Amino acid sequence: MASAAGNAWPDEIFTALQAAQVRQVAYVPDAGHKRLIARCLAEPAITAVPLTTEEEGVALLAGAWLGGQRGVLLMQSSGVGNVVNMLSLARTCRFPLLMLVTMRGQEGEFNPWQEPMGRAAAPVLNLIGCRIFELDRPASAGEVVSAAARQVFDEQAMAAVLIAQRMVGVKSFGH
Amino acid sequence: MLSKRSERYPLRRRDVVAQLLADRGGLLVVAGLGAPAWDATAAGDHPLTFPLWGAMGGAVMMGLGLALAQPARRVLVLTGDGEMLMGLGALATVGVKRPTNLAVAVLDNERYGETGMQPTHTAGPADLATAAHALGLPVTGTVRDKAALATALPLLRDTEGPVFFDIKVRAEDLPLVLPPKDGEHLKDRFRAALLGPDGAD
Repeated sequence: MASAAGNAWPDEIFTALQAAQVRQVAYVPDAGHKRLIARCLAEPAITAVPLTTEEEGVALLAGAWLGGQRGVLLMQSSGVGNVVNMLSLARTCRFPLLMLVTMRGQEGEFNPWQEPMGRAAAPVLNLIGCRIFELDRPASAGEVVSAAARQVFDEQAMAAVLIAQRMVGVKSFGH
Repeated sequence: MLSKRSERYPLRRRDVVAQLLADRGGLLVVAGLGAPAWDATAAGDHPLTFPLWGAMGGAVMMGLGLALAQPARRVLVLTGDGEMLMGLGALATVGVKRPTNLAVAVLDNERYGETGMQPTHTAGPADLATAAHALGLPVTGTVRDKAALATALPLLRDTEGPVFFDIKVRAEDLPLVLPPKDGEHLKDRFRAALLGPDGAD
């Protein structure tokens, strides 16, 4: 599990998103993003949108950008599999798209059903033309997300920050 | 077995869309891929219409993002029954966020028009207006004739929503009226028209 000192990284990400003027936060429930989602829900300047599936978020944020707002999509690596065709929208129209992906299926994973998309997430994102930022140290969270946000919004690109499972901790069942 | 009933529906999709977009003022429009995008273009290509050439299942969500970003503007999503069925969960998400300025009109011919007029689930038991109501949209209905359309039009354009109407239209092959295909151009012109010259950046 992340150390006590390392548990504040979602706050660093929240600060980076605020600095990037993110106004819409699309998310599916996720233990790794729990704290960040709670911060977004508590922030009046942010509209947090719970999704039924991750691909909704890609379309939502395209609409947000049409309307002059920046957004971010929060999901797990399993969600990468769900969004692939919808990423054509961001890619073809060059809608800025920032995705923060908590990885599953890595070291310490309890559930083998998470392994296929955990393994495939980065190659799949590469194939569809999405830039990848690896985040595996809590101390780098703010810096990496800020760098990704700058590329996304300045260059109208799509980028995913892959947050290593060791930062999130190992999912345990029954607690 | 292909149901033939929608070939006899009285409402014609191009007439319906022309009425929905007449005197559109500041209306912001997202048109789902295929026939709804061609219908919207037949009514007049417009910078504040974003016609989709892909992203099947995404039209309502795109409208939601736009409606949340522009709460003072009316947002109308025009889409087809097949496109709506692919992203039905979006109605649940709209039902949770309940943006009052969002309206959805499904042009429901009970067919997949771009792929050879195969029946969609609305040719069977699927009832999109009932689904939208069950998912929390406050103003919903099914339109089958001119009188019902006359009632639905002002609700789609003005009333506090989110609003959802399933408009049963005739299954028919119509000439293609294609919007610009360049997605970056469509995006930039929309933002420039809505946000001013700097918005295109």
